[in-house]
Amino acid sequence: MRSAALTKFLAVVAIIVLVCGYYITPLALSVKQGLDLQGGTHVVLEAVDTPEAKVDEDAVKRVIKIIEKRINELGLTEPIVQRQGERRIIIELPGVKDPEKAIEMIGKTALLEFQDESGKTYLTGKDLKDSRAQIDQSKQSLVALEFSEQGGKIFGELTSKNVGKHIAILLDKQVLTNPVVNEPIMGGKAVITGNKTQEEAERLAILLRSGSLPVKVEVLETRTVGPTLGDDSKEKSKTAFMVGTILIVAFMLLYYRLAGFVANVSLLLYLVLLLICLKMLNATLTLPGIAGIILSMGMAVDANVLIFERFKEEHRAGKTLRASMDAGFTRAFATIFDSNMTTLFASVILFFLGTGPIKGFAITLTLGIVLSMFTAITITKILLKMLMNASLFKSGKAYGA
Amino acid sequence: MKFSIIGKRYWFFALSLLIILPGLFSMVTQGFNLGIDFTGGTLLDLKFAKPVTVAEVRAVLQEYNLENSVVQLAATEKTDAAPNVLIRTHVLNESERKAVMEGFTAKIGQYDVMRVEKVGATIGSELTREAIIALVLSWLAMIAYISYRFEYRFGVAGIMSLIHDVFVVLGIFSLLQKEIDASFVAALLTIVGYSINDTIVIFDRIRENMKSMKKGESLSEMVDHSIWQTMTRSIYTVLTVLFATGALYFLGGETTKNFSLALLIGFVSGMYSSIFNASPIWYMWKEHDEKKRMEHRMRPA
Repeated sequence: MRSAALTKFLAVVAIIVLVCGYYITPLALSVKQGLDLQGGTHVVLEAVDTPEAKVDEDAVKRVIKIIEKRINELGLTEPIVQRQGERRIIIELPGVKDPEKAIEMIGKTALLEFQDESGKTYLTGKDLKDSRAQIDQSKQSLVALEFSEQGGKIFGELTSKNVGKHIAILLDKQVLTNPVVNEPIMGGKAVITGNKTQEEAERLAILLRSGSLPVKVEVLETRTVGPTLGDDSKEKSKTAFMVGTILIVAFMLLYYRLAGFVANVSLLLYLVLLLICLKMLNATLTLPGIAGIILSMGMAVDANVLIFERFKEEHRAGKTLRASMDAGFTRAFATIFDSNMTTLFASVILFFLGTGPIKGFAITLTLGIVLSMFTAITITKILLKMLMNASLFKSGKAYGA
Repeated sequence: MKFSIIGKRYWFFALSLLIILPGLFSMVTQGFNLGIDFTGGTLLDLKFAKPVTVAEVRAVLQEYNLENSVVQLAATEKTDAAPNVLIRTHVLNESERKAVMEGFTAKIGQYDVMRVEKVGATIGSELTREAIIALVLSWLAMIAYISYRFEYRFGVAGIMSLIHDVFVVLGIFSLLQKEIDASFVAALLTIVGYSINDTIVIFDRIRENMKSMKKGESLSEMVDHSIWQTMTRSIYTVLTVLFATGALYFLGGETTKNFSLALLIGFVSGMYSSIFNASPIWYMWKEHDEKKRMEHRMRPA
């Protein structure tokens, strides 16, 4: 009976420790990390009104679509494009080699126009079907354009009417080229020459392919954390986190012995559950997020400290081990509930009101509080009951009393 | 009888003031070392191949009319040259920034880019406003919850000890002129969360003991007793969070230094205010109200 109970306890603990211990590192590394932790570029854009185009819901949605397309075309890894509030767009680009160029490209309106000599616009980027960078026989970089069916027709008419005259191709009101039309072009194809480099031609092709932004966007904020610093802080945060956890674990073992051991097992389970939740929510872990985790870990440990201190009091008052433990849980629960609920209320408010660092903090804290109430109370209680059923240790000392 | 915290409450209030007043003075006279997250601007964090001096960096900045910028060397010892330089200027556009960075390469030498940040001024003021609104609203929510579960006096006393912690951290950061950035806001929120949690545990004990007050036991004895009953827990819990943040401060990277420093100060202050401020404030208020009630009753009809 006793040995069966002990086996059960050991088996459950072994499973939790092995499974969690095995998965915790890969899991922690698979949660998306913010740029403050791993390096990369963070950009905040804002759509702004211009006399030509006012910002509305649809425009912002289209801007996001086009930006996503541009980023994909640039072949950047794991980009995040998020809308924030009404007019803002947040872009996170981990590990970009040349962030300035990327930012410049992403935020470009890229409105392509074909104008005759009088300055009247006949065609825009909307009439394009495709655009590709090419190199011609004389090693010149150029962008080959292919018009849509409708666009091709208009272009044919335009070139027919303007033989011997200039047709200007403009990007964002800046003249790219201003060639003279030699003969009507009917095939629905055109080229833009005058690019300095092949790279430049390629970027222009991407911009034209992804379409022009319906409204102007401004860069409000850019942050780039270089790879050296990124790697450094990633390594150091990992060490710091491990050392911190080991200290907490050692402390709990030292002061609460077996009960502390059980609390540590719950803490491990808590960390893994938190990571799973973060991963499922596709949340990005940032520095403020880590603050939230530290606080919720502190609260998880605190819950167990409260229970065990209460247990010690009850045991000192002469109750049996099991009765004191039960009383410890019941009495401490009210305390834990009220203190955690107060923090939870505050953190939910921060979640809904906050943006950026405040929100990052609120996400991990809210999740952390809910999960830690479960692990620090329920799981610790179940495990301790199992252990006490085994009646292996009859002295309160084994439980830190 | 154990040492009476309530009896010595004025000493503990005085100790709090001893820390807060110089901080307040510093806040008024020299203000804060606000990062570009709040002021807007451009930040360059460069690591040169060889140690450089502030004067060298400033000389280059001067050529671009940026002599009013903040230049900091991340020197570990007291030397006037270090490879790591932090420069804060007003908002530079891409080409201005590129020009300055090329200037550094030409005049000083090669460097590794650690961080480049640009924050528009609008975002900066928004963050400040948002942080204050978030803090105040979360305080109101906490007062409401505590008033509902306990009584309003606990709620207000709890928030007063939170304000204490916020001022302690702000004051020390102003005194030390440590840079305040967006993650500092998260640190403040964490401190507030910790402190209220810590305070409620003691209040909870007071609430419980109040129900079973023995005859002849005074309010101050009961409060003292409650504080001492929870003392071990208060110390153990603050130790565990200090382990985690201490590790981050001493072993973490540069980007987490100021952040974990704020947490360290805040957690200690949070523990102090929960034990030595929150309960005494509640006690004084309660005692005052009780006395008034008694007087009211004594008054002949």
